[in-house]
Amino acid sequence: MKGLNIHVIEKRFDGVLVLTDIDVTITGGEFVAVVGPSGVGKTTLLNMVAGLDADYTGAIRYDGVPLAEPGQSPPGLGMVFQEPRLMPWLTVRDNVRLAEAERLARDCGYVSRADAMLEDVGLGASREVWPGQLSGGMQRRAALARAFVVEPWLLLMDEPFVSLDLPAANQLRELLRRLRARVRPLVLFVTHNVNEALVLADRILFLGDTPARVVLDYRVEQTGSHDLNSPEVAALSRRLLARHQGLLSEVAGVDVDEGRRGKEGL
Amino acid sequence: MRFFRRRFGPGDVPRTIGRTEPRAVARAWWRGLRLPWGRSWLWRSASLIGLVAVWEIAARLAGSNMLPTPVAVLAAVYRYTRSGQLPLELGITLARVVAAFVVAMTVGVVIGFMMGRSRKLNLLLDGLLVLALNIPALVIIILCYLWLGLTEVAVIVAVALNKIPVVVVTTREGTRAIDARLLAVAQVYHVPRTVTLYRVMLPQLYPYLMASARNGLALIWKIMLVAELLGRSNGVGFELSVFFQFFDITSILAYTLAFAAVVMAIEAGVMRPLEKRLTRWRG
Repeated sequence: MKGLNIHVIEKRFDGVLVLTDIDVTITGGEFVAVVGPSGVGKTTLLNMVAGLDADYTGAIRYDGVPLAEPGQSPPGLGMVFQEPRLMPWLTVRDNVRLAEAERLARDCGYVSRADAMLEDVGLGASREVWPGQLSGGMQRRAALARAFVVEPWLLLMDEPFVSLDLPAANQLRELLRRLRARVRPLVLFVTHNVNEALVLADRILFLGDTPARVVLDYRVEQTGSHDLNSPEVAALSRRLLARHQGLLSEVAGVDVDEGRRGKEGL
Repeated sequence: MRFFRRRFGPGDVPRTIGRTEPRAVARAWWRGLRLPWGRSWLWRSASLIGLVAVWEIAARLAGSNMLPTPVAVLAAVYRYTRSGQLPLELGITLARVVAAFVVAMTVGVVIGFMMGRSRKLNLLLDGLLVLALNIPALVIIILCYLWLGLTEVAVIVAVALNKIPVVVVTTREGTRAIDARLLAVAQVYHVPRTVTLYRVMLPQLYPYLMASARNGLALIWKIMLVAELLGRSNGVGFELSVFFQFFDITSILAYTLAFAAVVMAIEAGVMRPLEKRLTRWRG
């Protein structure tokens, strides 16, 4: 089987079944969003692909071979977590270089790309500061720089732009689009915001039900709009949710929540 | 409290004075009175000055050679320093303290770290640790002298053994508090083990290691004097035992004072700057 195949038979937490019967195949370079209500198991799924959670039955393979050695993360992986997760005691540059440490140790001829990468994400002037001195948006830029500096073939993102104001989130999405066009990794992007998934992804996996499974595998019709709140995106999301009534009930609760917070709402 | 903070707080910035009013000038002088490390030294030394004052009064009231005055003790410090005896004995004891400190910190941190990382090792060694924490210092010292002879090695091992369990406990706590989310970052990016240790784990341990080092210095020099008294023929501990036999309280206090001053100098000159450097990212 070609591409990344995620096959999860059962994933339990303390005996409780949370994920079941997931079998999706993603081809290289695809941008796949994983959408579902909070607590459905999106992050769990991502951690399993990242090799951070090996306690499940099933297999994650690429072109038929296991994605990673047991207990390890797949090689050539980039990951952006929900929080920036920068080391507060390392400067921004050293945080980015940390991701290159393996390459630097392995390959004597390798020259760090950290400075160029930081320049690219607009943090050229903040290389020598500690993350604590940066704004939330800037910390996420640094986390993006760290993920892309290794030129990953597989990029996992776990709601990387939550709790940012709309302009900052839009800028970061634009940055992601630009970096992705250059490196072309296979992206798994977890979000609970349907509109965000619609403007970024080629394909959306909707997780729902208890225990969670893929309730809809949706190929996105490109609207050409990059704005979460544009009429095109709103219309697309309305059509999508109208066609799939079950989906609506699954995601509706989240949408109400989004509206109340007034950020990136439907 | 607000009043104090306003006038003496470490964040005080000296202001230029527009008026020539005497009180304003006096205030300017007071604000200007600061050494490179700020005015906190005034507060730090206040209690010590108070202690000396109380001591002076008590010594005068008592008027006995059981409690010499601070001046008499300082004179003794000067006398012993001139004769070269005090610096020599101080140096010998200090060298032993440093050796025991380095051994205790190294061994303690390694064991504590491993116990914090491995559940099995922790279960295996936890009983031993509790036992070690509760063996009296004196027993360890006597046994070391009996088994290793009245040697330099014995005294350093004995003192280090007294400190190691305490270092282990603190380091283990610190290791358990290491943030798994940051370790996940290291795993995801395949950061080599040594780099993970130095750039991800150790910085999280520094507060614990600093606390351990500071307590360690205090504990070690106290135990060192007992160990010297029991089995060495030089060092501050040995000198104190001689003075003890002659009821020479002035000399006992002189030696104590001198050694305490050295330890405080290490605290101010090494420990505090080191801590500041290690935590400067907190800003």
